[in-house]
Amino acid sequence: MAAKPKLAVFKFASCDGCQLSLLDAEDELLAVAGAVEIAYFLEARTQTVDGPYDVGIVEGSVTTEHDRQRIRDVRRQCKYLVSIGACATAGGIQALRNWAAVDEFISHVYARPDYISTLATSTPIAEHVTVDFELRGCPINKYQLVELIASLLKGRKPRVPEYSVCVECKRRGTVCVAVAQGVACLGPVTQAGCGAICPSYNRECFGCYGPKEQPNPTSLAAHYAEAGSDKMHLVRLLRNFNAHAPAFRDASDLVESGAASGDATEAP
Amino acid sequence: MPANRTFEVKALSRVEGEGALYVKLAGDVVEHVELNIYEPPRFYEGFLRGREVREVPDIVARICGICPVAYQMSASHALEKALGIEVSPEIRTLRRLVYCGEWIESHALHVYLLHAPDFLGYESGISLAADHKDAVERGLRMKKIGNELLEILGGRAIHPINVTVGGFHRSPDRERLKALLPDLEWGLQASIDTLALVAAFDFPDWHDEYEFVSLQHPDEYPYNHGQVVSSSGLRIDVEDYEEHFAERHMPQSTALHSVMLPEEKSYLVGPLARLHLCYEQLPPLARRHADNCGIAWPSHNNFHSIVARAIELIAAYEEAIEIVRAYNAEPSPSRAELVLRPGVGCHATEAPRGLLYHRYEVGEDHLIAEAKIVPPTSQNQGQIEADLRQYVPRVTHLDDLAATRRCEHLIRNYDPCISCATHFLTLTLDRGEKGAEADRP
Ligand code: SF4
Repeated sequence: MAAKPKLAVFKFASCDGCQLSLLDAEDELLAVAGAVEIAYFLEARTQTVDGPYDVGIVEGSVTTEHDRQRIRDVRRQCKYLVSIGACATAGGIQALRNWAAVDEFISHVYARPDYISTLATSTPIAEHVTVDFELRGCPINKYQLVELIASLLKGRKPRVPEYSVCVECKRRGTVCVAVAQGVACLGPVTQAGCGAICPSYNRECFGCYGPKEQPNPTSLAAHYAEAGSDKMHLVRLLRNFNAHAPAFRDASDLVESGAASGDATEAP
Repeated sequence: MPANRTFEVKALSRVEGEGALYVKLAGDVVEHVELNIYEPPRFYEGFLRGREVREVPDIVARICGICPVAYQMSASHALEKALGIEVSPEIRTLRRLVYCGEWIESHALHVYLLHAPDFLGYESGISLAADHKDAVERGLRMKKIGNELLEILGGRAIHPINVTVGGFHRSPDRERLKALLPDLEWGLQASIDTLALVAAFDFPDWHDEYEFVSLQHPDEYPYNHGQVVSSSGLRIDVEDYEEHFAERHMPQSTALHSVMLPEEKSYLVGPLARLHLCYEQLPPLARRHADNCGIAWPSHNNFHSIVARAIELIAAYEEAIEIVRAYNAEPSPSRAELVLRPGVGCHATEAPRGLLYHRYEVGEDHLIAEAKIVPPTSQNQGQIEADLRQYVPRVTHLDDLAATRRCEHLIRNYDPCISCATHFLTLTLDRGEKGAEADRP
């Protein structure tokens, strides 16, 4: 019997939700555990097997000097490296520090800031090492994760959509919340993958899956601003779990500085 | 002179988040125990300032992928108090149902995949499944039903999107909930079987006069409401929490560490504390099975926490069934109107791992001016270390590997959630170089 591919799961700054998605694939978990060797996955097992690994899955963002070194080490050990979730692909919610003085955050949360060592920024894995595939979402979609592992085992490219949440909304026949309720919704510029759940629950998309291919969030924001949305509300909407993703980051900065122009090519 | 010895667990496994354990011994005397929570801090309280009230439940969910609902619940209630918003009884009941889903999902994961392997001599649920496939599959299905409940109520299981200040963005779908009833009934029986399984485990002989702390409500087992009570007789409204509990910052940790005032003593929150303080409020079936499971409650043995979780699984399934059966009209409106104004509000709810306290100040600009969050694992951290100081002398006769495994088992009694405490563990057992040599077989 050929040796099973070795799978490793690494955690950086995160909430554990994305790696939990693997344990949440209850119907597939034991099958996955049978098809690969789960060589390193601290949240799930004590036993660890040394690298190199065939597939490395990385959750979380880089926020400390130690982790900046560790990710290089992880990269060296993994033949194929996948980053999963908004933390790993865009820096996560903790990237909000990128707009603030971290010293101020530290003294705000911790009584003894001198005990804490942290970087001034939270950055995605791909800013530090080459990543072979990125799976988006906060959290990721567990079916996409299973598809990803299955396709890696078969040596084909994972099938993950790159169109917008709007397309998913239309497929499920959800009434557009931006049109019907007049709320600012990020669906037109956000990558699909969640199943467009928010609009189906009567609320706006707030961008968990990050920018879709070639989005134009600046013009979308300008459109909402014209329709009456508060400028700072739009800035905050863009600065959630994918705040540091370049398209959302740049758009939020432009809107904040008042430089966003009014062509509404991305109107829903 | 007794040899020095150190035990170390560099990266604790089967816990949520990253942490380490370091124990230093002089002979058989424990000199130093340190639960080192090194997970990088994420500064939630810092960046919540300046955010909108309605964004808070969505943001704080991301503190923890395993118990996002707990964060959403404590935050929503605290902000409702700050704004003077009352929610309807229907929404109150549905919030209990959401919590049932989270307890089921979190407890089933911990009992079967993370903790049972310690009692049965396996390194993981995955290895356990090789020999006890039926049991692990039962645990996975129980967990899945909890997740399905969350999907219906919240849109998705991890970081639900339907919980908001004032209620729900959309009322949960009646048909879908009713369709889950057969699964919930299966889950109830599976929980009863789970209790039989775990109550028969071999437990280390252990007794500690813990200071147990939990919410307590006269009419119900606590999820969202109640006073804060303790086994030594404290009984306060949640508004007075910060007068009786304080957070300290330890050098070894990126988490804050809570103590009970004025003695600065450690205390225990979570399933064993709830069972201790709220046994009378267990729903009838859970109560009957708890009475007859062969363990005398209240228990002062924290290795029984896995049994307490199994009892709470019965309670959660039992209550979920009752709520779903009675859910005949979708509430309309699905949420109370959000009228913004400056104010301060605090609230605590019972996360799967114990009391979770939030306080928010809403400023003149109607944005968050101040946020404070005290997660269960920070509250338990002092008690985990106190347990270890008492436990380590019992395992010093073992080799390093066996001794550290035992310590990790003890730590898992707490189901620590290090991402919540901002952060998890690595265990170091410092036996000193000479000692370490001498101790090797
Ligand atoms: S992307 Fe979201 S769900 Fe995933 S680890 Fe980060 S915070 Fe958690």
